[in-house]
Amino acid sequence: MKILVCISNVPDTTTKITFTDNNTQFNTNGVQFILNPYDEIALARAIELTEGNGSVTVINVGEANTEPTIRKALAIGATDAVRINALPHDAWFVAKQIAEYAKQGGFDLILTGRESIDYNGAKVAGMVGELLDIPSVSVIKKLDVSGDSATVEREIEGGKEILTIPFPFIAGTAEGVAEPKIPNMRGIMSARTKPLQVIEPVAVTNNVEVTAYETPAPRGQVKLVKADETASLVDLLHTEAKVI
Amino acid sequence: MPVLVYTENAGGKFKKSIFEVVSYARAIADAQNTSLTAISIGDVSADELATLGKYGADKVLNVSNAKLKSFINQAYASVVAEAAKSEDADIVVLSNSFSGRGLAPRIGVKLDAGVADGAVSLPELSGGKFSIKKTAFSGKAFATVELTSAKKVIALTPNSYKVVDKGTSAKVEDFTVDVKESDFKAMVKEIVQSTDKVSLPDAEIVVSGGRGLKGPENWGMVEELANLLGGATACSKPVSDAGWRPHSEHVGQTGIAVSPNLYIAIGISGAIQHLAGISRSKVIVVINKDPEAPFFKVADYGIVGDAFEVVPKLIEAVKAYKATA
Repeated sequence: MKILVCISNVPDTTTKITFTDNNTQFNTNGVQFILNPYDEIALARAIELTEGNGSVTVINVGEANTEPTIRKALAIGATDAVRINALPHDAWFVAKQIAEYAKQGGFDLILTGRESIDYNGAKVAGMVGELLDIPSVSVIKKLDVSGDSATVEREIEGGKEILTIPFPFIAGTAEGVAEPKIPNMRGIMSARTKPLQVIEPVAVTNNVEVTAYETPAPRGQVKLVKADETASLVDLLHTEAKVI
Repeated sequence: MPVLVYTENAGGKFKKSIFEVVSYARAIADAQNTSLTAISIGDVSADELATLGKYGADKVLNVSNAKLKSFINQAYASVVAEAAKSEDADIVVLSNSFSGRGLAPRIGVKLDAGVADGAVSLPELSGGKFSIKKTAFSGKAFATVELTSAKKVIALTPNSYKVVDKGTSAKVEDFTVDVKESDFKAMVKEIVQSTDKVSLPDAEIVVSGGRGLKGPENWGMVEELANLLGGATACSKPVSDAGWRPHSEHVGQTGIAVSPNLYIAIGISGAIQHLAGISRSKVIVVINKDPEAPFFKVADYGIVGDAFEVVPKLIEAVKAYKATA
């Protein structure tokens, strides 16, 4: 079984988000970048599914500074890696690069995280699916393989759906699919020598441009209510906040 | 060129978030001086379809086809894209729901359209530019994106736009599309709906618990408060990691981002990752025995106290309020 796992290099979850250049650029100064948490889940499941029988290629669209994240994926257990040498402009740009690479790869399964924690678009899986004309399914909580198809559990509002999908297809994974794996010393050592191929990007016409950023407006001072005056809180929520 | 809005249904009924999407799409159509066509796929009654007119749809396209009974990304995207072409629509609007997030990128590729996901505002139109504000960095910020393509797809975040009852009506027409067989490779085998619970992404009130509740056996009061208020239950990441609550209730940067009118946090300290997922709540209430908990810095109302004493009293107070309301 041959699996392609798409990984993003994102700011650490503890990052305080700020902007520069008149709020037009994300301020990367002092920011620690990590492997996108949802992609870690996808990677962990891919490794479990291919143990002793197959390969896991990780693909990242990024410039040379994303290589520590790619090496971490290799240390966790990916077989090899591909870096498309470009700044990831947006989901459309990233999806085009991944689809272009995947066309030649003969992958049974392509996994992404359900979304990246920076732009939260959750678009790459669907776009790659459409570009390759294969099924896509997002926010999956469970992924089991049997023969040449898989059974997945998909989250829906107020419940879940169970689907069967023949290979090849692409899926966006969430918590529940697998527990993220921590690289061990052997993995870290072997990651240094695993193949990491660098490919130049294909040309893409952009159709979305970020023109400005802003942070949420600060909230006012908290209004404290005494612990034995819960009726006052209910009254405030009704008369002042008008939310009940 | 009309605006097209995709109106997903749950068991043949439209949810409030769909009326928000139709109202939002109506406002866009008005700004573009054009009409609004809604498309519905699945088994929805004529009366239910007609309700879309109240919120501004001029016309409703009804796609009722046994093969399209279950939601399949590929097939649904084909239908919506065909409808957009047939209507000559250059803007497609849908909900940023689980299904909407699966559909929007596929429709975007089919129509060669830029996609604005997680939209929280109406488009700004100035100097020929079409810009929309969306959430970014898991709720820690907003990004304004300009869609530069001729066709555009917008996925609206639930609870981001008010429902506007226009009191108008729509004509309902059947719409037929030949969907290719290869669009049905994925097959839905089973749907497990927890009908007794309010869906977290759509909820207007969310009652959420953290490690301060000490164990899953203490969630009864969280559920009771949520039920009384007609809200959904949620939890922090450590709680879902510990298996006290299902992952589907985990709210935060690596869980669900919510934007309810009221978010009640019980026994949650307010780590930056949790605050990211709830920052778009209109009103935040925090109950925590630690007066230094960071959550109090972003809360609108707070009670410093032991959850096991405060929450039962709050339940009684809500019951008393409801008895007199």
